[in-house]
Amino acid sequence: MTDPVRNLLSIADLDRTAIEHILDLTALFAEVGERTIPKVPALRGKTIAWLFYEDSTRTRLSFETAAKRLSADTMNFSVSTSSVKKGESLRDTVNTIEAMGIDGVVVRHSDAGAPNRIARWVDAAVINAGDGWNQHPTQALLDLYTARTHLGDLDGRHVVIVGDIKHSRVARSNVLGFTEMGANVTLVSPRTLLPPDLDGWPVEVTHDLDSVIESADICYLLRMQLERQGQTYVPTLREFHTEWGLDVNRARRLPEHALIMHPGPMNRGVEIDGAVADWPNALMVEQVANGVAVRMAVLYVLLGSGLDLVDERLAVA
Amino acid sequence: MSTTIVLKGGTVIDQNGSRHADVVVNSGGLIVDVGPDLTADEALDASGCVVSPGLVDLHVHLREPGREEAETVESGARGAALGGFTAILAMPNTTPVIDTAAMVNEVIALGRSTACDVRTAGAITVGRKGNALAPMAEMVKAGVRIFTDDGTGVQNVSLMRTALEYASSLSHLSGGRPIVLAQHCEVSALSDGGHMNEGRWSSSLGIPGQPAEAEELMVMRDIALSRLTSARIHFQHLSTAGSVAMVRAAKQAGLAVTAEATTHHFTLTEESCASFDPVFKVHPPLRTDEDIAAIKAGLADGTIDAIATDHAPHTAEDKDRTFADAPPGMLGLETAFALANTELDLPIEEVLALMSWNPAAIAGLDPAHGGPIVAGGSANIAVIDPDFAWTVSASEMASRSANTPYEGRRVRGKVRHTLLRGLPVVVDGEPRR
Repeated sequence: MTDPVRNLLSIADLDRTAIEHILDLTALFAEVGERTIPKVPALRGKTIAWLFYEDSTRTRLSFETAAKRLSADTMNFSVSTSSVKKGESLRDTVNTIEAMGIDGVVVRHSDAGAPNRIARWVDAAVINAGDGWNQHPTQALLDLYTARTHLGDLDGRHVVIVGDIKHSRVARSNVLGFTEMGANVTLVSPRTLLPPDLDGWPVEVTHDLDSVIESADICYLLRMQLERQGQTYVPTLREFHTEWGLDVNRARRLPEHALIMHPGPMNRGVEIDGAVADWPNALMVEQVANGVAVRMAVLYVLLGSGLDLVDERLAVA
Repeated sequence: MSTTIVLKGGTVIDQNGSRHADVVVNSGGLIVDVGPDLTADEALDASGCVVSPGLVDLHVHLREPGREEAETVESGARGAALGGFTAILAMPNTTPVIDTAAMVNEVIALGRSTACDVRTAGAITVGRKGNALAPMAEMVKAGVRIFTDDGTGVQNVSLMRTALEYASSLSHLSGGRPIVLAQHCEVSALSDGGHMNEGRWSSSLGIPGQPAEAEELMVMRDIALSRLTSARIHFQHLSTAGSVAMVRAAKQAGLAVTAEATTHHFTLTEESCASFDPVFKVHPPLRTDEDIAAIKAGLADGTIDAIATDHAPHTAEDKDRTFADAPPGMLGLETAFALANTELDLPIEEVLALMSWNPAAIAGLDPAHGGPIVAGGSANIAVIDPDFAWTVSASEMASRSANTPYEGRRVRGKVRHTLLRGLPVVVDGEPRR
């Protein structure tokens, strides 16, 4: 990486070289996770704050585990019990936390661009843990890492992303991430679940999952937001499952080597048949495991003191 | 004893054309003389400047009563005077809403000694809630000539028809001046939850969008209502190419419609929103290059009658939020002329028509405002140096708020003096009130 990034707001902040660098580091940190004492002192003395304005269990735990394995101190800003409930503005909250002396802040927010706003207000490194429908860059990195582990080079690979693209930050990050790594991406969904204008997106689009299933190297399923009440995008979840779900019959038509991925949490019986979710080429559990190592790499790159010390620092654990 | 002021060495431009002339006004509010080599008790240098009827803004939010931290009638009027405006029309979406004669009188009283003539629009419906007609007759008697629920459109088509028919029955209360209903065109069922233009940028940024059609459907509907009722309708802040085309066709069909466009809708595009900075959040939202081209064409061919600012001050706290969470709106009064002068490929006579006598006529303010510069005319005058280049800076503005989307932008054209009823309220670019 020639020009180190200060924040990770979007996967678009990283070019292919930078992504590959993080994925290479991820491999090293994955090894740390397998040790008896899975901890290195790489971020000793650094403080990271979690600022989660939207519910999250897996992403927050994943970041927390990553930070602890790097020996960073962490503090949690619990939105539900905090000054936010008393009407404090986002900017005041962020400035208050920074005044306590933090090196990094990991943000999840239901509004697109919230981490971009925060990055303008604080000196600390800002890491986007998901903002509205916009971006979820560490999810894209862990997906790229997982895919690369199984398929090697992603150049020319066909990634089929299925489901609710419109409301998905995972889709927006993964489209950019996979295409930056040389893969070809096809989006599959009814128009009601696609962004209104895909002009400039480096993707193919089809409404017919069956037409692309046999050429997919990766079938990436997105979560249908069951809690998205009040507006109808498909007549019933059953109809969605019939037309756009990965059921057993469709899954059997995937190539032998193809990977099935999902960012979680899954709706078994909606995006994917429960049985298919447990097939050996369905990598959801592995994605979660890789998430910790990827986030270690990201925190290390953004908060660590020097990239050339990587191997040495890992050794002194 | 009345004192006189001469505006020396400028070029007078009004609806009668352009000529080199000095202009003498008196403190009684009248133009006394127009001609070569005039003298008076005092002189203001107008060399290199255009001497024009004062500018008129059909669309400002002065925030008083209710949100005085963002703007007051006084601070808004001062900014207006600095921008060359001698009359501004306050929108009624204050807290409480301006939907009674009592509220109208309060705002007019607040504007009585300010640097600019402050008029107010009244709400079409009680509380701008879109359910029941506000007492229009009493507001007309208090001086209201334009009604609008601005900030939202009247969604109920039947209620809008009733409002048009009722309003067009009230001109006996307004000295024969027409009563105009002004519409913020937006079908909320199609735009609710949207924060920027729906299109390629909203799609890639993951920001919920408002399609152009949300505006266009109501423009289309209200053109039909204009045909049905023969009542006057003014379209506020048109922002899409489709809206401009429909208004052009309606005018060709002879319907009694007028339209305004804001400065930001012909100078900024949706791409600005990629910064996620809510200073670029506004309703209707910033659109595309094609829409800008259509608005410029509409301004050039007379489809759009007036340039308005939709001046919408918001405090720093209100804009220091996420894009979705921040309120829409941007400052405009102190940059409008310069932007029109810089960005529109129109002769200055046409820019002034769009910013002075056309809007004055729509608001029923002529000839007190926007009237010709002739002896006996009203001395509401802007003296503008059209070639003066400057850099926009919120810190130098009179507004209580700083939410200009043009910070740092180089523009051309600056107000040197503004005269309100014969008295200088801006001299050499500095406020006197």
